[in-house]
Amino acid sequence: MSGRLEATFDGLRQRGQKALIAYLMAGDPGLAETEQLVLALEQAGADIIELGVPFSDPIADGPVIQQAAERALRNGTSLRKILASVTSLRQRTNIPIILMLYYNSIHAMGCEEFCNAAKAAGVDGLIVPDMPPDEAGPLKVPADAAGLALIFLLAPTSTADRRKLVAKESHGFVYYVSLTGITGAKLSNVGDIQHNIDKLRKVSTAPVAVGFGVATPEDAARVSKMADGVIVGSAIVKRIASHQQDPRMIGHVAEFVRSLKAAMVSA
Amino acid sequence: MPMLPDSHGRFGSYGGRYVPETLMPALLELEAEYAAAKRDRRFQTDLGYYLKHYVGRPTSLYRADRLTKKLGGAKIYLKREDLCHTGAHKINNAIGQVLLALRMKKRRIIAETGAGQHGVATATAAAMFGLQCEIYMGTEDMQRQALNVFRMRLLGATVTGVDAGSRTLKDAISEAMRDWTTNVRTTHYVLGSVLGAHPYPMMIRDFQAIIGREARKQILSAEKRLPDYLVACVGGGSNSIGIFHAFLRDPKVKMIGVEAGGLGIESGKHAARFSGGKPGVLQGTMTYLLQDENGQINLTHSVSAGLDYAAVGPEHSLYHDQGRIEYTYATDAEALAAFDLLAREEGIVPALESAHAIAHVVKLAPKLKKSQLIIANLSGRGDKDVQQVARMRGASL
Repeated sequence: MSGRLEATFDGLRQRGQKALIAYLMAGDPGLAETEQLVLALEQAGADIIELGVPFSDPIADGPVIQQAAERALRNGTSLRKILASVTSLRQRTNIPIILMLYYNSIHAMGCEEFCNAAKAAGVDGLIVPDMPPDEAGPLKVPADAAGLALIFLLAPTSTADRRKLVAKESHGFVYYVSLTGITGAKLSNVGDIQHNIDKLRKVSTAPVAVGFGVATPEDAARVSKMADGVIVGSAIVKRIASHQQDPRMIGHVAEFVRSLKAAMVSA
Repeated sequence: MPMLPDSHGRFGSYGGRYVPETLMPALLELEAEYAAAKRDRRFQTDLGYYLKHYVGRPTSLYRADRLTKKLGGAKIYLKREDLCHTGAHKINNAIGQVLLALRMKKRRIIAETGAGQHGVATATAAAMFGLQCEIYMGTEDMQRQALNVFRMRLLGATVTGVDAGSRTLKDAISEAMRDWTTNVRTTHYVLGSVLGAHPYPMMIRDFQAIIGREARKQILSAEKRLPDYLVACVGGGSNSIGIFHAFLRDPKVKMIGVEAGGLGIESGKHAARFSGGKPGVLQGTMTYLLQDENGQINLTHSVSAGLDYAAVGPEHSLYHDQGRIEYTYATDAEALAAFDLLAREEGIVPALESAHAIAHVVKLAPKLKKSQLIIANLSGRGDKDVQQVARMRGASL
């Protein structure tokens, strides 16, 4: 599996910290800015970067990420260009980078070619929100061969059977979806999150990261007490959206990420 | 011929279940519930009752003498799904799925709609059973099918406009999937065509297969033999698979699916997936899609909202590859000409979707012998399109 991901979770555990996983829509507002954001967010305390690959029909995403994808596609962002950006970032940072992309983007390139290209660029893992483990067959072998961690999602609706399946198939970490819904919805039933993570821990030793609905430093602090990592997406993308033309955009976003990490550390 | 789909919801390499994990338990529950309902005599009796007394089945198989004479070739029959309650075949599936929702004790129904026919059918079934109903519809479609929007609201449904992407059927499906992901514990998603994740393509095909079973019996009774050709339009592909299915094991029956050729294939403004698409994954299923080299879904165009969609049902993809069904297309102009022709020759105003099937009959019939038989599936009536066609021709109503 990916050395960088494992090393990051190990290092944090030794320091008694939890991973802050920051999501960016690659290409919003442009790929040059995305590269700068990755570096700035690392400085601000992000431990892992999740790069969204824009797709025309993102069924798991709420309006904030849908609109970011539309902006990125309008300026010509493509999977190949994103991989070129990762290649360039790898000259400057060792932070683990995960791609979140819909299966058709992979299928269009071909699973094997995609995995080889992603590995060569320096990608560490993959989250494919419309591909449950049941459909992962064609991607599993080339991803394993390339050493890319295939990260699966577990949901509040998942049954015991599904929990076992996701725990068995997921590499790197398990992505626990905090709510029954789409990205950017409001966090609810924090008690359920704890309950479901407890059940997951009984069948899995992999780190657990919680995403969907984590929007504020307070949310991040509460969730970080239960999990090994916290994923923040729409709340970051929303700040990028509202500062599109602002030269201080990167500073604003970095400041927000710093506040998330600070809340998690003191939680 | 093996039973399709297989236990993974695959039709050959097509189909499957490409959805967020949140929906997987609901799809597995639906699959189990549907399997149980299929074996349950009570469910089948209820379904049969509503199809007969509420929908008005069986629909007739009508011999279109004047159209036959006009085209001067094969004898043409029309399977009159336009005579179903609500005016299209969509109600066959809506009743079946709402009965399933009741079994699962889900009191809220959601659906997407393109032309509005599936939305009207779902709103109708929900009203009849007293269920809460929300319909997602692209704002572009709401404009061209304003009459159906009003009908759905009259039936007590909430119609929610979707302003994303091309603002048509595809975007309405994405939004309905997001609603379902959020409210899956209390809500059943009544998908309207043989699309989406397993078990939908199988289940909806089964609910629509009554069209072909009736047509088979009716043509045998009228002509003492099977037809030479079946012709149906293909958007998602539910009316076509519905009429084709009972004839798949009859190798002599040729089947033709007619996609929306829009302004012509070379214009890029069409929805002919088998003429310009390639396999990929959209909205839960692996199938032929109109997409670019990066796998982004292309915008589609058709004069008919019900055919204006970038993907086609996965079972069709298999039959396309096997050559069992031939797929062609009719352009907007050809469909509009067929719309007029059927109105004038037979006194039937077809839905613009169904007019694509008629447009192909216009090309096919004259090439055949008078002793040959064609059945075209007249999947819906055109009342909903009158306003749009009038507008296109500059008539003010």
